[in-house]
Amino acid sequence: MEENRILEVKNLQLSFQLDVGTNHVIRDISFHLNRGETLAIVGESGSGKSVTTKAILGLIDDNGAVEEGSILFRLNKNGKEEIVDLLHSTKSFMQKNIRGSKIAIIFQDPMTSLDPTMTIGNQIMESMLEHKLVKSKKEALERTRNLLDLVGIDHPDKRMKQYPHQLSGGMRQRIVIAIALACEPDLLIADEPTTALDVTIQSQILELIKDIQKKTGVAIIFITHDLGVVANVADRVAVMYAGKIVEEGLASEVYYDPRHPYTWGLLSSIPSLDGKEEEILSIPGSPPNLIHPPKGDAFAYRSSYALAIDFEEVPPMFKVSETHFVASWLLHPDAPKVEMPDVLKKRLNQYSHSKEV
Amino acid sequence: MFKYITRRMFWSIVTLFTILILLFLLLQFLPGTPFNDEKLSEASKALLNAKYGLDQPFFSRFGIYMKNILTEFDFGISLSIQRNWMVKNIVLPRLGISVRIGLQALALGTFMGIILGVLSASKKNTWVDTLATLIAIVGVSIPSYVFALLLSYVFGFKIPIFSIIFNFNDPIKSSILPTIALSMFVMAQVTRFLRTELIEVLGSDYIRLVEAKGVSKFKVIYRHGLRNALISVITILGPLTVTLLTGSLVVEKVYAVPGIGSLLVNGILTNDYNVIVMIAFVYSALYITMNLFVDILYGIIDPRIRVAKGA
Repeated sequence: MEENRILEVKNLQLSFQLDVGTNHVIRDISFHLNRGETLAIVGESGSGKSVTTKAILGLIDDNGAVEEGSILFRLNKNGKEEIVDLLHSTKSFMQKNIRGSKIAIIFQDPMTSLDPTMTIGNQIMESMLEHKLVKSKKEALERTRNLLDLVGIDHPDKRMKQYPHQLSGGMRQRIVIAIALACEPDLLIADEPTTALDVTIQSQILELIKDIQKKTGVAIIFITHDLGVVANVADRVAVMYAGKIVEEGLASEVYYDPRHPYTWGLLSSIPSLDGKEEEILSIPGSPPNLIHPPKGDAFAYRSSYALAIDFEEVPPMFKVSETHFVASWLLHPDAPKVEMPDVLKKRLNQYSHSKEV
Repeated sequence: MFKYITRRMFWSIVTLFTILILLFLLLQFLPGTPFNDEKLSEASKALLNAKYGLDQPFFSRFGIYMKNILTEFDFGISLSIQRNWMVKNIVLPRLGISVRIGLQALALGTFMGIILGVLSASKKNTWVDTLATLIAIVGVSIPSYVFALLLSYVFGFKIPIFSIIFNFNDPIKSSILPTIALSMFVMAQVTRFLRTELIEVLGSDYIRLVEAKGVSKFKVIYRHGLRNALISVITILGPLTVTLLTGSLVVEKVYAVPGIGSLLVNGILTNDYNVIVMIAFVYSALYITMNLFVDILYGIIDPRIRVAKGA
């Protein structure tokens, strides 16, 4: 694993045993995360984003099976670094050394993420005490005060004694973030942290996450179904479809030079703010059933740019630049030249324009 | 919280008052009289009726009844069981043993139910779960007097560890078998409720988050799962008290326990109005107290209720 990498997922394949058959949820994905970097994983429901994060935390349900691959993590233990494979670690190793202490997660819905019968303070302190990061309760209280300050909650002493139902949704998400940061993790997974919030609160939480990264240097995996949300947060973006990564690159590359028809579809379906464009493109059809994954490119069945080979063979990752990779036969040297939809082209022009101004 | 409890207590008293009225009305419909003795002539029956005031008109009897109870807590005298004794003096000495067996059964049943419920929920769909569910189904399906007879046959007769009937010299040891027999239903119900509830709680988002914090499985279940699941289990403790009361009628009979359950059965068999009234009143009071206790317990366990009703 390269020196600056903190996480490397290699050829991960995961499936779930259901009554009706085997659901191939993750079909061979690879990605990596550098120190202090934010990677956004974007995709629609059922594309396998959340399962990937569960696999990183070792929280896959009992009917899930790892078929292949590895998840390498740089574990920093008392100043000594070692590389561990999270996918093949025991449950108790994950619980004692990884979860909460080195990798933490923020869930989607703050209204249901907190235990209703425990005070905020105790919920934040729980992981520090569990992982013996603090020597005394007094130290834990002091740290909790600082955490609440970091996530922008005032009157920390009063808040610590309160219960979740006494706080608003935005406040609760701040608490969930404080819980995640309690043990100063090296990797923070944000699983759609703003989806359940009001739009005004959304931007506050996004700002907060950016701010925290600046202060603590934590690496972040940001899961979302909304490309619009991560535009300002992500350094790199990976687009997932039907258990595969179809496009991966720097945020600027994916936003201003998208190459995969699915990414085009996602970008075109974001409504624009100026209201001049009447047309919002949607992607026709729905994601495929992964109990019987389609042959070839899974997106071909919904794409108007599909080639004959798309229905026969899985496209490999074509290299567009050192950092930009796309899994689509359209990038093959022999493929016919295809342009992105006009609506999107117009819009991207606008974006890059407004960016220059 | 204090205001809430005061209000609940006020309504408890109103309920008890209503019960007194209802009891008196309902007893008018009991067939026969306390003096069902074939040797008594019509004339002597009329004399007895006159002596105990049973020949008075309905409203004047009702007036005396209410006045005596409210002013002196006097439920009158026994008409047939121990004729001319104050009912108070018959019932109150027997109350202790009944309440003790009831509370023991409630505590034992709840405790065992929590253990079985946690085991079966945390080991869902394994043989442990199947076994616990089986025990629960047996406990719910078989009435407590069958357990009572079975226990006294096995541990009183076949393997004589305990005495078959209640022994006055050793009330604690004698209360063990009735307690177990009564607790079976409580245990079964608590197991069933807790299993369902705990499985739901363990599947919730906040448990996911606690797991993601790296908290050990035991603490996840004990500190977060159980506490949240117990909130709804407490709800059934109130209704379960009723099954303890009704169960005790028969179980006390089987073991010849000198409690108020068997006394009530005798009272009904011999039309001893005043005994019936007092015991029914005591049962109602116990049940209402239990419900009040459950409500207070709610507030302790669930902060959402505490604050909402606190003021």
